Amino acid sequence: MIKLLVFLAVLVAAPVHALTAEEALAMAAGESDARIEALNKAVAAADERTAAFIQAMADDAVRVVPGKQAFIVRDDKGFDPVTGAEMPVPEDAEDVVTNNRMRGEIDTALAALKLFARDDKVRAAAIKTLQGEADASRLPLIEKAWAAEANPALKAQLGIVRAAALLGSDDKAKRMEAARLLAGSGDPSTKTVLLERIRSEPDSEVKSVLEASLVTVEAKLAWGDRLGAMFSGISLGSILLLVALGLAITYGLMGVINMAHGELMMIGAYATYVVQGLFQKYLPGAFDWYLVAAVPVAFMASALMGALLERSVIRFLYGRPLETLLATWGISLMLMQLVRTVFGAQNVGVENPSWMSGGVAVMANLQLPWNRIIIIGFAFAVLLGMAWLISRTRLGLFVRGVTQNRPIASCMGVNTARIDTYAFALGSGIAGLAGCALSQIGNVGPDLGQGYIVDAFMVVVLGGVGQLAGTVYAALGLGVLNKFLEGWAGAVLAKIAVLVFIIIFIQKRPQGIFAMKGRSAEA
Amino acid sequence: MSTTLTLPSKPVMLTRAGWSAFVVALLVVCALAPVLNLVVPEGSLFHMSDYAVALVGKIMCYAICALAMDLIWGYTGILSLGHGLFFALGGYAMGMYLMRQIGRDGNYKSDLPDFMVFLDWKELPWHWVFSDSFIATLFLIVAVPGIVAFVFGYFAFRSRIKGVYFSIITQAMTFAAMLLFFRNETGFGGNNGFTDFKRIIGIAIATPNTRMVLFVLTGLMLLGFFLFARWLVASKYGRVLQAIRDAESRVMFSGYNPIGYKLSIWVISAIMCGVAGALYVPQVGIINPSEMSPANSIEIAIWTAVGGRASLIGPIVGAFIVNGAKSWLTVTAPEYWLYFLGALFILVTLFLPNGVVGLVRKLRKGGEK
Repeated sequence: MIKLLVFLAVLVAAPVHALTAEEALAMAAGESDARIEALNKAVAAADERTAAFIQAMADDAVRVVPGKQAFIVRDDKGFDPVTGAEMPVPEDAEDVVTNNRMRGEIDTALAALKLFARDDKVRAAAIKTLQGEADASRLPLIEKAWAAEANPALKAQLGIVRAAALLGSDDKAKRMEAARLLAGSGDPSTKTVLLERIRSEPDSEVKSVLEASLVTVEAKLAWGDRLGAMFSGISLGSILLLVALGLAITYGLMGVINMAHGELMMIGAYATYVVQGLFQKYLPGAFDWYLVAAVPVAFMASALMGALLERSVIRFLYGRPLETLLATWGISLMLMQLVRTVFGAQNVGVENPSWMSGGVAVMANLQLPWNRIIIIGFAFAVLLGMAWLISRTRLGLFVRGVTQNRPIASCMGVNTARIDTYAFALGSGIAGLAGCALSQIGNVGPDLGQGYIVDAFMVVVLGGVGQLAGTVYAALGLGVLNKFLEGWAGAVLAKIAVLVFIIIFIQKRPQGIFAMKGRSAEA
Repeated sequence: MSTTLTLPSKPVMLTRAGWSAFVVALLVVCALAPVLNLVVPEGSLFHMSDYAVALVGKIMCYAICALAMDLIWGYTGILSLGHGLFFALGGYAMGMYLMRQIGRDGNYKSDLPDFMVFLDWKELPWHWVFSDSFIATLFLIVAVPGIVAFVFGYFAFRSRIKGVYFSIITQAMTFAAMLLFFRNETGFGGNNGFTDFKRIIGIAIATPNTRMVLFVLTGLMLLGFFLFARWLVASKYGRVLQAIRDAESRVMFSGYNPIGYKLSIWVISAIMCGVAGALYVPQVGIINPSEMSPANSIEIAIWTAVGGRASLIGPIVGAFIVNGAKSWLTVTAPEYWLYFLGALFILVTLFLPNGVVGLVRKLRKGGEK
């Protein structure tokens, strides 16, 4: 409130029109319509006392003796709204009842006043609030603010608000001008304003200009929507990529159908949850960085579980894919039940660290959330790390050697059984990383993995078994395709369409997008 | 140089002991169970409770599914993870008929099924046209799963999708169908499915007599399918199937085209599942899209695996063991049921590749030596 008074000191150019006791009373008591009228009148020529009074109404700090006087009450002390001097509030004063409609009007009135704040951010916020609400009664104030505005970006935005307010003017020429100006806006609220005006506009000439502007605005919005769908497609694709990368090793390279892959992701997500809990308890100061610590923990937890599974069950089933499928399905059932026993059947809450919340506004109707952006980056970092591991390290060399020709690799002194365990643990660990990433954008519960397992297999199958590049293209392609279809046909039909597409695609190219050529294709 | 070609002896459909066991089973289902349930008074040691009738009836439906799975997986080597879809399709065909049989006795007293009134639909959607005729429903129970299986199988087998690939896309198929049936717009009652049935061919559905008739019908169907499957696998056709399972390329080099064989057994298997679903719905009294969830389909595979693949009695035994254990465990210790089922999946694949039947055979052979 002190701040607000400071902003209003800027209102030097304002015609000096002090708040009168009658005005204060009219704003605080009576029928809503009359109050709103009084409010708008006061705002149009506001001084700092008026602003303080409106702020007090927004804070529910006004009491009134009907027909006599209004008081501002702060910290149990009464103040005269006109002079600001302290004065006792009579016993029979009533609280001012502010209904939702009135409250909305008060908020926009305050926003209009904030247009004169020194801080760019406060002004930007005020402009945003006014965007959908501008009407002719606010025009004088907006005009003044527009003339005084120094920041070009804000001035442009304010110009749109001014134009929207001008639309309500009685002068036809002004309305025409406003309609033309509004074509320059790319904000969804402008579309609503235009649509409303088209409905009520009596003049056909103005109407046609309005319609032309609407087309321009809609075209701009369509771009935002399209880019938004593209972004969420890439975001979904990056998640599919994370999920499928682990499978690309265990299924693509090793040929193990691991139906428990989703449950390994779930373990990664629960590991993140546990790390979060530990940070909350022992290191609350560094809570924002728990996620950094959770990444290696999630990897290790899932990798160890993977190694355990490989040693105890899967190694007995190499070369029997259908049996592997059934056994790993059994494992997935047991892991899910295990998590239910330990953590309960309910979802657990995993919070975003503060640096992951919020987003970047690229266009008026396009905001890119930070957590999505970070996950896209994370997915590609994991991809690069894995590509490096497979193609440049000794372990990667052994893994490739063993998958290409097990007996020869064995003859060269490679401990093939151990390499199998390492490779499976690596694939499981990457599943854990995927789980850690998923914990940041979705629910963490015992059936977290179930929803992704079909999709993940589709990605690997579509991309071509044993092909990292294929996995990347398939994941991103499916993600984007899915999101675009969603815009058309809704989420469920899009999913069905994608599944049907994959089934048909596999008919045509049973080996996936990138078929392996040469000798290894027979394996 | 001459080589003597020895042909294996023609397999018999059932041995003498087999036939006697079959007749005993027939008597138990058609005579003993009805008498124990309806005639023997409640409280008597030999009384078969309504709960037991419902349970055994349900498991016999599952056993038909397991038998169907055995034909396609045990004898032809194709693991389907989408048989739950065919089961549900048969069930839905029957469910639509039963919904129409409710008539005006629903909550909204309308000719339309309740859920349509709820969705504010004014008339039946096109695919409900035949649902008031029992004869047409019987036809649909066979035709719908059959046609779906034929179309899917034709494309899949034509492009020689095999092994795990086939399993995974059948799983995708049932998953997609489940999502579709969950929608209200598709006209199958959304996630509530069909329930609250009142009568079947004009007879009240919940009386002990109707239940017993359904029970006997299911039992006869199971035994009939068993004989049919027995005849099928003992025939030349069945032996080609097994050859396809063991060495598909060799079958092709010998001049057979495996597509026709695979496709026909795939369709037969799907129809068996559809029939099982149609018998299941009036006994259980509900059908909803969760029957199509991938988990249900994969459970059919485990019944077959537990009992023993490539032996026809095995899947039936397996269905009874697993589902018996399920209905016992989910009551006494619900939290342990999934551990048990999961362990079953692992132990059977690791240690009992031929299932319980294989184990019994092995023990018997050991005893003879």
